[in-house]
Amino acid sequence: MCLAVPGKVQQVVETALGFRVAKVEFSGITRTVRLDFVPEAQAGDYVMVHVGFAISRVDAEQAARTYQLLAEMGLLEEEGLGPQREPKELTELPP
Amino acid sequence: MADNSKTIGQLTCPVPLPTHDRVLLGHGSGGKLTAELIRNIFLPTFDNPVLARLDDQAILNWNGSRLAFTTDSFVVQPLFFPGGDIGSLSVYGTVNDLAMGGALPLYLSAAFILEEGLPMETLERVVHSLHGAATYAGVQVVTGDTKVVERGSGDGLFITTTGLGIVPEGIHLSADQARPGDRLLLSGSLGEHGIAILAEREGLEFEGEVRSDSAPLHSLVAAMLATTRAIHCLRDPTRGGLSSALNEIAAQSQVGMVIDERAIPVREEVKGACELLGLDPLYVANEGKLVAVVAPEVAEELLAAVRSHPLGHAAQIIGSVTDSHPGLVTLRTALGTSRIVDMLAGDQLPRIC
Amino acid sequence: MKYVDEYRDAHLARALATEIARRVTRPWVLMEICGGQTHTLVRHGIDELLPPEIELVHGPGCPVCVTPLETVDQAITLAARPQCTLVSYGDMLRVPGSTTDLFHVKAAGGDVRIVYSPLEALRIARAQPQREVIFFGIGFETTAPANAMTVWQARQDGLQNYSLLASHVLVPPAIRLLLSSPLNRVQGFIAPGHVCTVMGCREYEALSRDFRVPIVVGGFEPLDLLEAINLLVAQLEEGRAEVENQYVRSVRYEGNLRAQELMEEVFEVCDRKWRGLGMIPRSGLRLRPAFAAFDAEKKFNLANQQVEEPAECISAAVLRGLKKPPACTAFGRRCTPETPLGAPMVSAEGACAAYYRYRRPV
Repeated sequence: MCLAVPGKVQQVVETALGFRVAKVEFSGITRTVRLDFVPEAQAGDYVMVHVGFAISRVDAEQAARTYQLLAEMGLLEEEGLGPQREPKELTELPP
Repeated sequence: MADNSKTIGQLTCPVPLPTHDRVLLGHGSGGKLTAELIRNIFLPTFDNPVLARLDDQAILNWNGSRLAFTTDSFVVQPLFFPGGDIGSLSVYGTVNDLAMGGALPLYLSAAFILEEGLPMETLERVVHSLHGAATYAGVQVVTGDTKVVERGSGDGLFITTTGLGIVPEGIHLSADQARPGDRLLLSGSLGEHGIAILAEREGLEFEGEVRSDSAPLHSLVAAMLATTRAIHCLRDPTRGGLSSALNEIAAQSQVGMVIDERAIPVREEVKGACELLGLDPLYVANEGKLVAVVAPEVAEELLAAVRSHPLGHAAQIIGSVTDSHPGLVTLRTALGTSRIVDMLAGDQLPRIC
Repeated sequence: MKYVDEYRDAHLARALATEIARRVTRPWVLMEICGGQTHTLVRHGIDELLPPEIELVHGPGCPVCVTPLETVDQAITLAARPQCTLVSYGDMLRVPGSTTDLFHVKAAGGDVRIVYSPLEALRIARAQPQREVIFFGIGFETTAPANAMTVWQARQDGLQNYSLLASHVLVPPAIRLLLSSPLNRVQGFIAPGHVCTVMGCREYEALSRDFRVPIVVGGFEPLDLLEAINLLVAQLEEGRAEVENQYVRSVRYEGNLRAQELMEEVFEVCDRKWRGLGMIPRSGLRLRPAFAAFDAEKKFNLANQQVEEPAECISAAVLRGLKKPPACTAFGRRCTPETPLGAPMVSAEGACAAYYRYRRPV
């Protein structure tokens, strides 16, 4: 289960009732998100948002590192390096 | 735990529900439930060959001319939204249905159902907007009607517009004319109207505003027909989205279709809203776009013509008609895999999963 | 969209698929648990990219599908009451109960509202003090913190007319059930990334150890799932059985402690019946006695009947990954998204609906 979408914290606000909320931006849309479970989120952080609540802070460094590994693996595959075995016949990617 | 493992393999399922004995909201969504309503109640009762074509408009031969005749009801909530309101929508929606038949729209009627208690100022605003839209579209509102219903019986205001136009000689557009090899041309990006409405309802704020794309398409259609007559069908993907429009044509023409996910234009904000709400842009309503089924040899030329029109600057060839899998529309994903684009049952429900 | 688009990169997807193809030397059966992951797999046709040795089966990760019939009936009962407003996520509206569904109740005049967040249900309750507002809170651990917060807040504010009809289920007990069955064919699991965002990875270690099965916590985009599959295949080929975290950008080993604390304060673990799977001990959450005033089941004295489900659809077998939807005789014929026989066909995340909507042409 669960549709959680990553968004960028633009501004953190303490509401009159004492709740910590953030204005979070998703691809040009802003929504107000509750930060009860991720109170440490700051402007500039990305958070995963599920049903109006942030449930985690995206670890940008980890994400970048692991994505970099993925991209490097992608390059290796392109250059035909890696364990020797015929790859599955895939339909050609159009230009 | 042992007891549980014995139940594995035991088949369980609820009794099937009886077929719908009441009208559901989903029956108005433009998807399969709507089609079912039409097929089960309206078609058999009215039973005539013009209706059976299930085009957006009826083309009638009358004394040597061909009249295009159509009607549409507008029940949109909220009444006012970025990019339009129920008044302008009621004009452009009907004008577009006529235009999809290749007709020059001429006259409209406008029937209002007003809820008791509707502020007069709201009504004035809507009527003013309707008039402005009609002037812009070059049509006259020549007759109409007004009824008032008790408070609580309607969402403030409903409008039904009926349109009349003339189809020039030699133009034959219909959903049953798609042929294998034809190209599918989409005039611009998807999902703006539906998202604008939903955003207004759900209080989504956009940094750049998402406005409804509501617009009259007849001048674009005229420009297209001036370029070539090898256009087989036109559809505006309103409720039910591009998916419904293509599925309907595929069904009427008994052909298959293949569209390319990467060719389909969707603006970033619309994509973002769809991700947030768990919606698929292929199923979201548009009010200022059309999809054209055209002979392959004219596709590129037509694309250039559409792109040079203000309403078609983001146009793309998004796919083609095939003789495999008649009646089914399939999509080639950005990953190069393929899947079916099925018609929705009822309304697209926002996902949380 | 950052952290989404780049995880849909076609070239990297191909590269991962090639890497997986290079690793496999024999057939493996893998299961993804979460409905959201099923949705991604089927929507992007990822099984098409995988080598034939990899068989993906879909697990019981659709909370809509596994909500017990009795609970759906309870929601329907409440929705039909004149003074009640039943607030629900959209997914639940078409799920068939014993005799009807919430959509039909709405059509017949019941006050049923669709929302995207339980906070909206609270708002509705505040705006309508004269009506009883019940939030139909279904879901896995991911959604429990949000529901807990609304109940906690309602108590804080002394709100009299808000209650929760809770049907929360926990993932690890369900996996334990599947693995305990002699019929189980699954050799590796993709654990649900957002459940683990809340709960962490610890619970899966016991499973991995007790059953000697690799478990990779996976995300929801194509590259996440392909990477998770790659990690699982590596483990299987190398004879390892560990818990690994693919979804590092969102999942920490310990999970979200604040969310867990609130869940602990508001909910307690209980036995729960899963539609299609039967009773699984200690697999659900219910409100603690301190929050009884907000427990819709107690507040409205909802009779807890045992409802028997006659046999026809094979949702049980589908939910356990034993059968694929097309194996069902009713699939696509009597059972379609408009006329669903079982919950997996109704829910957008249900395996049957996913297969029906996205199935490739024959």
